[in-house]
Amino acid sequence: MRILLVDDEQELVETLAERLGIRGIEARWATTGDTALERIDQENFDLAVLDVKIPGISGIDLHKKMKAKDPGLKFIFMTGHGSHDDFTAGSAETGADYYLLKPVNIEELIDKMTKLMTQ
Amino acid sequence: MDRQLDTGIETGLQFFGKMTASISHEIKNVMAIINESAGLLEDYSLMAEKGMPIDPERLRVVSDRVANQIRRANGITKNLNSLAHSVDEFQKSVDIKETLELAVGLTGRFADMRSVILDFQPPSDFPAVITSPFHLLNLIWQVLDFAMDASGAGKRVELTFEAGPTSVKIRFTGIEALTNVPETVFPTAKEAALLHMLGATIHQDAEKGEINLVLPKDVRQQVTAES
Repeated sequence: MRILLVDDEQELVETLAERLGIRGIEARWATTGDTALERIDQENFDLAVLDVKIPGISGIDLHKKMKAKDPGLKFIFMTGHGSHDDFTAGSAETGADYYLLKPVNIEELIDKMTKLMTQ
Repeated sequence: MDRQLDTGIETGLQFFGKMTASISHEIKNVMAIINESAGLLEDYSLMAEKGMPIDPERLRVVSDRVANQIRRANGITKNLNSLAHSVDEFQKSVDIKETLELAVGLTGRFADMRSVILDFQPPSDFPAVITSPFHLLNLIWQVLDFAMDASGAGKRVELTFEAGPTSVKIRFTGIEALTNVPETVFPTAKEAALLHMLGATIHQDAEKGEINLVLPKDVRQQVTAES
């Protein structure tokens, strides 16, 4: 399973990528929408984990652009905004496969990734 | 007059809500990084228990990361505290440099989201102004919010200030797309209400890409002079 983590918090995606690596999941990361789009031009990924808010572009718009480049790519969104309404509205608007709240529980993240990849 | 006061109060509450929501988002990010760092240390412990050697440098990187985030959280909470205390007194002596530093600090995340750089260049002389610190912060945010959207391709808004005998001028420059914005768009009723409360005026120079906010050095004298 190859994962692309996209969040403007570099220390977050670096750490998360290392933790996923320890668990045998190959994870790359990007901190801007442009870098994320470049990465999926250069490499194949099974799944992208996106922050809802990324500098210069919303996670929702980035999701659309990434989906256009790689229609088979699956998505999990991360958000720091914790209300149930945000969650529901965001899922409905994006069609994201899953939403996770920050701070993310890595075992929950891996569980969602595994479910998505076996669907 | 009453409608303007209502607009000023409404704008103030919206500003307070927007800033505290942004701060809570930033704190969430700090917590997320500390959470992952703690998890990574746990992973290293489990690896060590299984006899896998752990390079001390990896531990140092995680330790530095946590220390960085604690420093960051300290800055964020300091800004939150200053914002909260800005409503303690509705008129007081305010250090313009500190107020602009706080405004830039509070706006930082919004600037990052728009990929705009805020560049505050204070002069060597820091005048004190008797004004409403909260409404001043609110007005500076309103101008910055507009200026960031109108910063054009340069994506850089510069701030500085200069003191005159009875007033202080806060200059916002680098607003490259100001020529594309009709004059009726800014200031809105919100800024007008805040300008009235502060006895301040705002001037735009579209050709120079500049907005100047002129504050009286003592809002009490300004109000007295008007009444």
